Amino acid sequence: MTDLSQSPAGAAPRKHGGSLLEQTPRTKRRNAAETRFRAYGIAAITAGLIMLVILVTTIVSKGTGAFQQTFVTLQVELLESKLDKKGERNIEDIKKVTTFGYAPIIKGAMEAAVEELGIETSLKAKELAGILSKDVAAQLRDYVIANPDQIGQTVEFRFLASGRVDGYMKGRVTRDSIVNDKNISPEQLDLVDALAAAGVLEKTFNLDFITGADASDARPEAAGMGVSMLGSLFMMFVVLALALPIGVAASIYLEEFAPQNWLTDLIEVNISNLAAVPSIVFGILGLAVFINYMHLPTSAPLVGGLVLTLMTLPTIIISTRASLKSVPPSIRDAALGVGASKMQAVFHHVLPLAAPGILTGTIIGLAQALGETAPLLLIGMVGFIASNAPETLADGLLAPNSAMPAQIYEWAKRADPAFYERAWGGIIILLLFLVTMNTLAVILRRRFERRW
Amino acid sequence: MPTFWLVALLLALSAAGFYGGRRRAIASAAGDVKDLHSLPSYYGYHVALAAFVPAIGALAIWLLAQPMFIETRVSGMIPAEAVPESSTIGLVMSDVRRVAEGLDLAVEQGRLTAREARNVANSGQDVRALMGEMGVALGDDVRPEVLTAAQAYRNLSKTGRTAMTVVVALLALGGFAWAYSRTHKDFRARNVVERAVLALLILAASLAILTTVGIVLSMLFETKNFFGLHSWTDFFFGSTWAPNFRGGSELSILPLLWGTLYISFIALAVAVPVGLFAAIYLSEYASGAVRSFAKPLLEILAGIPTIVYGLFALLTVGPALANLFAKGGLLGVEWMAGATSVLTAGLVMGIMLIPFVSSLSDDIINAVPQAMRDGSLGLGATKSETVRQVVMPAALPGIVGAVLLAASRAIGETMIVVMGAGAIAKFSANPLESMTTITTRIVSQLTGDTDFASPETLVAFALGLTLFVLTLGLNVLALYIVRKYREQYE
Repeated sequence: MTDLSQSPAGAAPRKHGGSLLEQTPRTKRRNAAETRFRAYGIAAITAGLIMLVILVTTIVSKGTGAFQQTFVTLQVELLESKLDKKGERNIEDIKKVTTFGYAPIIKGAMEAAVEELGIETSLKAKELAGILSKDVAAQLRDYVIANPDQIGQTVEFRFLASGRVDGYMKGRVTRDSIVNDKNISPEQLDLVDALAAAGVLEKTFNLDFITGADASDARPEAAGMGVSMLGSLFMMFVVLALALPIGVAASIYLEEFAPQNWLTDLIEVNISNLAAVPSIVFGILGLAVFINYMHLPTSAPLVGGLVLTLMTLPTIIISTRASLKSVPPSIRDAALGVGASKMQAVFHHVLPLAAPGILTGTIIGLAQALGETAPLLLIGMVGFIASNAPETLADGLLAPNSAMPAQIYEWAKRADPAFYERAWGGIIILLLFLVTMNTLAVILRRRFERRW
Repeated sequence: MPTFWLVALLLALSAAGFYGGRRRAIASAAGDVKDLHSLPSYYGYHVALAAFVPAIGALAIWLLAQPMFIETRVSGMIPAEAVPESSTIGLVMSDVRRVAEGLDLAVEQGRLTAREARNVANSGQDVRALMGEMGVALGDDVRPEVLTAAQAYRNLSKTGRTAMTVVVALLALGGFAWAYSRTHKDFRARNVVERAVLALLILAASLAILTTVGIVLSMLFETKNFFGLHSWTDFFFGSTWAPNFRGGSELSILPLLWGTLYISFIALAVAVPVGLFAAIYLSEYASGAVRSFAKPLLEILAGIPTIVYGLFALLTVGPALANLFAKGGLLGVEWMAGATSVLTAGLVMGIMLIPFVSSLSDDIINAVPQAMRDGSLGLGATKSETVRQVVMPAALPGIVGAVLLAASRAIGETMIVVMGAGAIAKFSANPLESMTTITTRIVSQLTGDTDFASPETLVAFALGLTLFVLTLGLNVLALYIVRKYREQYE
């Protein structure tokens, strides 16, 4: 082929007698350019894939820590003299003891544990208890209020260790990094080492991260995703209930009934533009219309769901129209031929055949809505602690809550690096949801897609 | 939640309508379904729709219109001299609303009886202290005008709610009765139902227009308010962004626009070469196996939520860049002050846009007719020469469209810049400095405690409108170019 590239006007025509097996400098140059060009392409793809790998490894390596937590197992003597001075087991009296009143009991339990294990330490009782989470007193109080008959007994508890101790066990906090840290001292770390060696303090799987509620700034070790997951769930419920019927109805009209006129054109232009409007603009719309004008409650999943519905509608309409279009006209003709009305042909024949495609598109739209953050910032789904799981359906829709991506953003803004680990862990959970939804969509498509 | 029960009632009524209408139709044909004009269930749908649709429509319109109506009525009651110097009518109205809600809450919790709540002005009770007990925070003491207005507000909303329930229930029952009475074996139920369904379909499709109108109106309205409080010349042509909640802010969009465009430029500088070469390789060189492996993997990048990229910028890329360029870094230079910078946000946004550019360009390159490639190869051009001199020029308009779409994405992107770009508005050419963008400022002006009467909050709507117009313009241009190009080869 090389001799074909020779053009009469080209520079340096091949001399007579030159071998075809030997490449001229020009051919060499062209072939080198070809190789380079191909290498650019490979480099671009490799670069993209490397980015993906870096992203995934970062998420996994930084986030898996959140699923493990350091716990301290202690024998706690629930002293009657502290918790129920009258000894009547009257629940009202027991409730009067604040978490503050539980501090001596926790200190005592720590001292007893240290003594029993024979660990030598110069720490005072207060510093001993300092390796435990600030959440411990509340945990103990809840237990006592739920089981007042246990007062006076010695009960075994599994307590959360403080965020710093947890970080030390996971390698995030080192002896060098705590030089100026008021929350923990090297002696306390010595104690942690000794307790870990004795098996009292250990790192185990942390179900509370998945099911629990968010916690305040000072207690990163107690923060969990559970409540914000419920918030996301309620939002998705709203999106599904509104976007699917409206989206399908709009697509049916545009694909099957719409005449060619200015109204149809206007609708189509609007849909394609809405698909490209930045999501934050939908947040502004939500703030202005749903909150400032209609006075719906801020931070409510209902409002979040409404905003995400408007945002997801174009996606659902576009994919629904594509799957309606893929149903061959012969189906409609056959239905019309046996006497069905146009409406019957669409609702009885075309729509069921397009259903798998519509479902796939809806799941992908939902996945997109699930990961969306920016509009939620504007309607107030960040900035507070989502601590209570909703109890009723109305509560779930109207009571303030967070959502998974908003919760992750909230953690990323906080000062304590222990929250960063939570944020990465939250991302793992979020991505697991997205992967599941997308896989489901792919499976549905593979399983039910019909080629006509 | 009376609205909820109202909707439940409507649903129950329409379910009853379905069975009632169906049964009456069959009865009118003496049990012989063949005598009916339409299938029996159409008679059912007819009654159900007549009972449900007008009532639910009225409910929706009422819920939308009532707040506006009450607002204008009540704010008309507040005399202009009752508005303090430092405040606006909007602020007074929000006090009125809060007092009214607080009183309703007090009645609900049993702190006050309904009568006490109505006469709270005469009882000499400290309303503010009462509100405080229930967690309704009020700025200052409740003035008598506010209290009167709040009472009027309560009265109007109560009347409004009652009237709404009555109207909706009457409409539902009326629709039910009317449709039920028309149900007869010769009645053309299918035609009526189908026309109604078609109307509903049109309504659903029109929601897209309604959303656009809602977006434009909501922003236009507040932007108008903003320009009433702040000079528009400063907004468009000023040079400083310095919001100050005590007043006297300088709010110019130009520094923000500069940050936005700079970050978008870096993002495109990353995404366009990588995405374009990836698309060329995948469509022209790659074997089927490589293509089916690499393409979906690259597209995963597009499915990752932006919060993940934001966190990646904040906690991984930012610190990594700081390790290189900041004080005490590996390069021994001091070019970077913190982890947030234009480069941080731009790089991460570039990664996000790679699959966007590559899959759009892939489609466009594939649309170039094979005959053009064959012709070029037949003349002895190498593959890369074919791509560069034949395929690319043919695909160029489409690729320009794809790049414009990516640019509009980059300009409207929020989470990555909120977390990675920083908060300082300035004109600077150094990509290692932190700068801020339009979207970042919208988020920061509209989160936290906001007062919708101050220019510092309202500016967010003007920014939003500018952003909307900017991205819309880019999209329309891009779609126009892409469509024009597609026609060429179809």
